[in-house]
Amino acid sequence: MGFFDKLKRAFSGEKKEQQNEDSEKYNKGLEKSRKTFSDKLNELFANFRTVDEDFFDDLEETLIEADVGFDTAVRISDELKQEVKLKNVKSKSEVSQTIIEKLVNLYEIEGQNEDKELHFSEKGLTVFLFVGVNGVGKTTTIGKLAHRYRQEGKKVMLAAGDTFRAGATEQLVEWGRRVDVTVVRGPEKSDPASVVFDAIKKARDDNYDILLVDTAGRLQNKVNLMNELAKISRIITREIPDAPQEILLTLDATTGQNALTQAKQFRDVTHVTGIVLTKLDGTARGGIVLAIRNELHLPVKLVGLGEQMDDLRDFKPEEFVLGLFKGLLDENSES
Amino acid sequence: MAFEGLTERLQTAISKLKRKGKVSESDVKEVMREIRLALLEADVNFQVVKDFVKKVRKRAIGSEVLESLTPAQQIVKIVNDELTKVMGSEVSQLNQAPKIPTIIMMVGLQGAGKTTTAGKLALKLKKEQNARPLLIAGDIYRPAAIDQLKILGENIKVPVFSLGTDISPVEIVRQGLEFAQEKKNDYVIIDTAGRLQIDEKLMNELAEIKKLALPNEILLTVDAMTGQNAVDVAKGFNEQLDVTGVVLTKLDGDTRGGAALSIRAVTGKPIKFIGQGEKMTDLDLFYPDRMASRILGMGDMLTLIEKAQQDFDEKKALEVQSKMRENSFDFNDFIDQMEQLQKMGPMEDVIKMIPGMANNPALKNIKVDPKDIEHTKAVVYSMTSKEREDPDLLNPSRRRRIAAGSGRPVQEVNRMIKQFNQMKKMMNKVSKGNFSGMEGMFGKGISGKLAKMSMNSMARKSKKRKLKRLRSKRKRK
Repeated sequence: MGFFDKLKRAFSGEKKEQQNEDSEKYNKGLEKSRKTFSDKLNELFANFRTVDEDFFDDLEETLIEADVGFDTAVRISDELKQEVKLKNVKSKSEVSQTIIEKLVNLYEIEGQNEDKELHFSEKGLTVFLFVGVNGVGKTTTIGKLAHRYRQEGKKVMLAAGDTFRAGATEQLVEWGRRVDVTVVRGPEKSDPASVVFDAIKKARDDNYDILLVDTAGRLQNKVNLMNELAKISRIITREIPDAPQEILLTLDATTGQNALTQAKQFRDVTHVTGIVLTKLDGTARGGIVLAIRNELHLPVKLVGLGEQMDDLRDFKPEEFVLGLFKGLLDENSES
Repeated sequence: MAFEGLTERLQTAISKLKRKGKVSESDVKEVMREIRLALLEADVNFQVVKDFVKKVRKRAIGSEVLESLTPAQQIVKIVNDELTKVMGSEVSQLNQAPKIPTIIMMVGLQGAGKTTTAGKLALKLKKEQNARPLLIAGDIYRPAAIDQLKILGENIKVPVFSLGTDISPVEIVRQGLEFAQEKKNDYVIIDTAGRLQIDEKLMNELAEIKKLALPNEILLTVDAMTGQNAVDVAKGFNEQLDVTGVVLTKLDGDTRGGAALSIRAVTGKPIKFIGQGEKMTDLDLFYPDRMASRILGMGDMLTLIEKAQQDFDEKKALEVQSKMRENSFDFNDFIDQMEQLQKMGPMEDVIKMIPGMANNPALKNIKVDPKDIEHTKAVVYSMTSKEREDPDLLNPSRRRRIAAGSGRPVQEVNRMIKQFNQMKKMMNKVSKGNFSGMEGMFGKGISGKLAKMSMNSMARKSKKRKLKRLRSKRKRK
């Protein structure tokens, strides 16, 4: 129960007023996601009459609608069914309490041993490889991350591994110009692995600290493209045995259940170490974060909260969930 | 290919009914629950699911099913009907302006595929209507978005109007339209920057462009992988801009495509195009009825046939047919068929359009590497012309030579020859109208029956066409 209790304690008066500007922005970016999430659940509780078949149907629908993932939704609904039978839970507050408790506990259990840090090489070059389907925001994420490390005074290089999509290389070069970092590029339609190879060589020779490798977006069911990705990752490891230190799968927060398939397939091909969740500033339901942890067991390491250069943040799972359930606990403890 | 998972679940749900001669209300209820979960799992919006299930249940409980002799088939039919209805019953063509140019505006979230679709659409218009489209680069926000459109334009040889990133999109569009007026372009496609539907400033910009350009078509581009959020996005854009149609992109992924079902139901706006691949030619009209049968695993024969008609050289097909009849199907035909197939698109997509194949367990995870076909071709190309015409010549020594010549292991050559012989046998049977050996191929149970039904109808149709051809030949004589 540890985490759930912690949550409750956090709400019952011990709120520490330590919000600085940074976390304010973080909260604001996620405001909409959270709002939709708790709104959905509160709606369900408001319409609650009795615990019957229809209620479980509604519960499933609500959870799925909040994007907590299909399996998680069905699991919670089933577990609740058991609980209702065993403990004879009937009242509204008891039911809502049980549901939230289940969500939180599940989230906590699945999250043990999760490693949400970004790893760097002890000495020498650090390589991050970015993978994902088309249009999720890989290049933009790289631009933002390059900006961050540049601010920290590191020597950053970008490798334009998307030689396929028209204008992709130009997009990265433009980012390079904006944040003032070197970009290694190859000719259009050339083998991306060769671009990556050149970049590694150059980065090592010129003593760069970090190399961020962009790749073309690919749908996870295209065998050849996935093999190409495996090759890129292989080349990196061949050149620097510890690298890539991170293989980050970029997921669009508005994606539905397919996000889970994406993660599974990309993990089969490369050793994905973490997730970048982009476009969380939209109306995406925050539930996706629960789904990712419960069903994928991959840590979310970064979140994209907007179009500005500094809108890429480290992900703080505890804080996020706190926010996610905040509206819920408040309301239901009053009622 | 999209929809597979949905197909599978729906079929298991329905096949449960098949075992029963008579269907009670509680049976129907159970199936409805399965259908409901299947749709929810496929990311269909929950409200849409609710309405859908309600409609199907109402019709299913009506006397027509409970008393019918084949309740399962009846339910399939109802689900099929309703699915088609949800997605819009008719094919929607592009709106046309009474006077040129027809103005099309692309809108949508970031990364949905607006720019790519704009390029594909321009190429489609150019190819099918000999149109002279103009692309206007209105995305001044994302780095290199204009470059992307320019490169696309260069590749498909369509002019792109751009003024760089320092001028407001509204002004770019104004000048672009003047330019089109001057050059007498018959279509103008405006690419805009991706934006969130809740971003007031940027949405106002779109409204201004709309006021200025008075587009005949505002196409909302939506990623087919979008989850429950698809409905909010569609609603948001529709309320503020009154879009005229939807383009679903990335349908070539393995998404279950729930967005396709939700968007139409919620906005009432038709899906006009679907994007199914990375090539510039991969943009198709959306056919609701075909999509419905594809979801139900009844195969999308019409699209397949249409594809074949487009790509299959009729003369060559006739030649193959006559050869098949003479039982002289040889390697030359084999390779020719391979090439025709390749033209139709990735193998796994083509296979899944064949009725019953979509959820044939043996083919469930089929991944056809395009290179496999190339390898097979290499093997055939390493044969002498005599060997190609008379496959019986292939003794082990010749096979070894072929293996060395094509750079493939000898086992692969053997395997290929075996496949060839099987294909030859099958071709022989099909040309005689005999499917007896193939029954098991489609699996048992309801799905097998469905597949056979459509297979038979395909055979009938092809026979009809053949008769027609023969008759017209006779007339000419």
